[in-house]
Amino acid sequence: MEEHIVIIGNGVSGVTAARHIRKLSDKKITIVSAETDYFFSRTALMYVYMGHMKFEHTQPYENWFWKKNRIALKKGFVNQVDTAAKTLHFAEGDTLQYDKLIIATGSKPNKFGWPGQDLDGVMGMYHKQDLESLEKYAPNKEVCKRAVIVGGGLIGIELAEMLHSRHIPVTFLVREESFWNGVLPAGESAMINREIIANGIDLRLASNLKEITADANGQVKSIIIQETGEEIACNVVGLTAGVSPNIDFIKDSDIETGRGVKVNRYLETNVPDVYAIGDCAEQYKGIDQRRPIEAVWYTGRMMGETLAQTICGNRLQYKPGHWFNSAKFMDIEYQTYGWVWAQTKDNEARFYWEHTDGNKCITLNYDKTTREFIGINTFGIRMRHEFFDKILTEKQSVDYVVEHLADANFDPEFYKLHEPAIVAKFNTENNTNIKLKNKSWKRIFA
Amino acid sequence: MNIVKQLGLVLFLIGLGIFTATLFTGNFSLTEAELNDFVASKGYKSEIIKAELKKATVTDEDLNIFEFSSRVRNAYAASNNHYDALIAKYDAEKNWDKKGEQFQYKIYGKPHTLSYEIAKKAGSGFVRDNPGLLWWLTFGLAILGALLFILPNLKLLGRPGIKHNGIYHESSTNRGWIAWLVLVYLVSFYLLLYFMADYVVNWTYILDPISEFLNGGQASQWFVYGFLYCVIMIVMAVRMYIKYRHNKYQIIRTTSVLFFQIVFAFLIPEIMTSLNMPGYDFKNAFPLDYDFFFEWNLDSLRESGAVGLFILVWGVVLTIVIVPVMVYFFGKRWYCSWVCGCGGLAETLGDPYRQHSNKSLNAWKLERWLIHSVLVFSLVMTLVTLYCYFSGAEAFLGIKSQWIKDTYSFLIGAWFAGVIGTGFYPIFGNRVWCRFGCPLAAYLGLVQRFKSRFRITTNGGQCISCGNCSTYCEQGIDVRAYAQKGENIVRASCVGCGVCSAVCPRGVLKLENGPENGRINSKDILLGNDVDLMDLVNQNK
Repeated sequence: MEEHIVIIGNGVSGVTAARHIRKLSDKKITIVSAETDYFFSRTALMYVYMGHMKFEHTQPYENWFWKKNRIALKKGFVNQVDTAAKTLHFAEGDTLQYDKLIIATGSKPNKFGWPGQDLDGVMGMYHKQDLESLEKYAPNKEVCKRAVIVGGGLIGIELAEMLHSRHIPVTFLVREESFWNGVLPAGESAMINREIIANGIDLRLASNLKEITADANGQVKSIIIQETGEEIACNVVGLTAGVSPNIDFIKDSDIETGRGVKVNRYLETNVPDVYAIGDCAEQYKGIDQRRPIEAVWYTGRMMGETLAQTICGNRLQYKPGHWFNSAKFMDIEYQTYGWVWAQTKDNEARFYWEHTDGNKCITLNYDKTTREFIGINTFGIRMRHEFFDKILTEKQSVDYVVEHLADANFDPEFYKLHEPAIVAKFNTENNTNIKLKNKSWKRIFA
Repeated sequence: MNIVKQLGLVLFLIGLGIFTATLFTGNFSLTEAELNDFVASKGYKSEIIKAELKKATVTDEDLNIFEFSSRVRNAYAASNNHYDALIAKYDAEKNWDKKGEQFQYKIYGKPHTLSYEIAKKAGSGFVRDNPGLLWWLTFGLAILGALLFILPNLKLLGRPGIKHNGIYHESSTNRGWIAWLVLVYLVSFYLLLYFMADYVVNWTYILDPISEFLNGGQASQWFVYGFLYCVIMIVMAVRMYIKYRHNKYQIIRTTSVLFFQIVFAFLIPEIMTSLNMPGYDFKNAFPLDYDFFFEWNLDSLRESGAVGLFILVWGVVLTIVIVPVMVYFFGKRWYCSWVCGCGGLAETLGDPYRQHSNKSLNAWKLERWLIHSVLVFSLVMTLVTLYCYFSGAEAFLGIKSQWIKDTYSFLIGAWFAGVIGTGFYPIFGNRVWCRFGCPLAAYLGLVQRFKSRFRITTNGGQCISCGNCSTYCEQGIDVRAYAQKGENIVRASCVGCGVCSAVCPRGVLKLENGPENGRINSKDILLGNDVDLMDLVNQNK
């Protein structure tokens, strides 16, 4: 009998692990999910509400894929893990035996004990069920006369964009002085503030939620802002104040948990044959400068890629490469490679360029003594991942990066190139005389 | 703004309604003198066709085009039946000489085509008498209405950027009843155009003045089609310009297809015709231009002196040299989404329907079988035709030249490229013909897949599998399947429209022409993970 690998969670982490285990072995694989029958891309839920896609379009694999690859799918909610008997107990009453267990249950939206946070019409924007709830309570601007979003992160701005696409007025409560300024440097954060306001969204900075009030039917009637006491009438409240690991079902087991499922660098938990990957996994100590819990699409995927090796006999540490990420704020695309902190560190210096249209900018972060390139944030200009990954590995200088910006550019053909303007500004500020090199395929593919 | 949009829609529908209604107008009859002229000009030897046509067409009755067409077709049928009966009779009598004589009296041609020629001369009425007014009431109103419908998008769509909001909520773009109505209208249009041209003769009257201005002759149904094609592309290009005003690749590409349609496909052939040259579309490459090697075309080119010879050489060089060399450097997009007329319509009129292409693996399998079969079909047809042309034989390899040409023209030229290719836009997407049928696309695709610098580069590990790229790929390529593996997209069918790159929210896709080395880069572990793991897994492949 082949070993039975059971994966709880059919998100990108679990599915990637399953796919790679299948490539490497003939082990029996079962993926358990209570959310949906098939794997879908969570990041694309917003496009379903906005009418860009249908739900089926968010599913990266056709439905025959699972059977063909002998990956069994089980719909069910695990409410207890018995690690001694290697058995999962389902809320539906049945059980499932495993030889190895992978916990890949992702996240759930944070709730901070606000009065009214469980009323009808209050929702996160994370699960497919949240999408269904949004369709119910905010199908159009007649049913939902105003929505309030609480929490200024990536999901918050996505939810704002979603509601805006159906012409529903949105009030956006952001705890910080400026949008996402715990992550973004000031200039960039200010740019996104402008983008939010330009889209007609009522942005309230430095505003906390005090409570959500209900009407006679137990539905949302309004919210009250902590700082001002202002009451804003609304029909829907979106709670988007971050996410945390979705691991309540193992709290009673002997698997060690902190905020997430504690794992070592091999993604192993304290219990033999039990592993955790993706959003729900918590490293004992953050790797490099990453956080112990990384709720990012591609880190989940990478953990899946890595763990499959371990499960199939090639025990490997999870060793993520250079940090990168991307997002889209309304119409402004954002990419980052390497590290650009909100606040400049002592050894760091910054270069900031912003286009006169106010919708494009880049920030270069580098070591002020060695001039080693540390990271870049780019807004409205696409850049090449391979380029920066190589730069970071080779520990090139910021001057080298500026000189080779044309190699880095990833905008579609015929787009206006801003590199000359960027280089000119850099030269002026740094008393350098860098000449922009023409794009070279040879260097790009070297 | 919304009111302007609604007003535009109403005006457009009125224009379209009048355009459609003109088909039912007018009286059709000939005077005896006109009929005599017509019969003389055709050189009919049949002794009874004149009498039959006289009964049918020289009349005081008010015949509409449908009654008129029916009578004319019956007249031809009566004549041909008469001689068929004689042939059968002499055949039974084994009177071979007499039987052989009868064939010269038979009149060949498709009934509706024969009827069209007479109808074009026989019509009278308000439409024919007032082509200018009718142009404004049909084309004019529809263009004005469409523009009023489209231009407010500048404001209504919000700030520049991808605005696909509501596409899957609208009946017209989500295969609802409006989409089906549009399908029925388009299919009917093509059926009439290709198979019952006499029924649309009223449309040709509206464009007679423009045709006479451009080429000196009256408008045919093909002139109507060409003119309509250009008008639709221009109006829908305005829509593209607004939708993609943030994306220069789309702006330039749209301008390019528009230019090649108006100048190369429409104006140059018309002007050539007016100069007594064969009207030729210099960008229309064989085998999409499937009748390039047909006898009538070769004869016409041979009779046209230096111009004809130039066209002959150009046509051959275009297909054998220019097309593959350009595909090597730029991918098949240089043709399919920058130059081609079919592609041009797909990228303008068809853009609202691009999301309907089927992304399943089965559709891809069907695509490969079908499009390469059509390529083989077109090549076999051409081989047979050329052999017969030069040898004087009627058949080659047991295939009759006339039969295979007729079959191809009917099945592929008319049904696949027209009725299905364009008619099915609203339900099956805008590239049905280009993806499943076009033999030129098949040829370009083979070059693109195996010998080209073109690829869609996937940007390292940035893909989040959202599926916008696959959803909006008009060629039904599951772009995400490659992007989420960090793999470049190198597919025979990609026409390089650039929309996957445009709709990607994470800047993952870029259309590029670069070195062949590393173009196809199958991967299992994406950039960003442990470098040793990447090496281990990706090199074991």
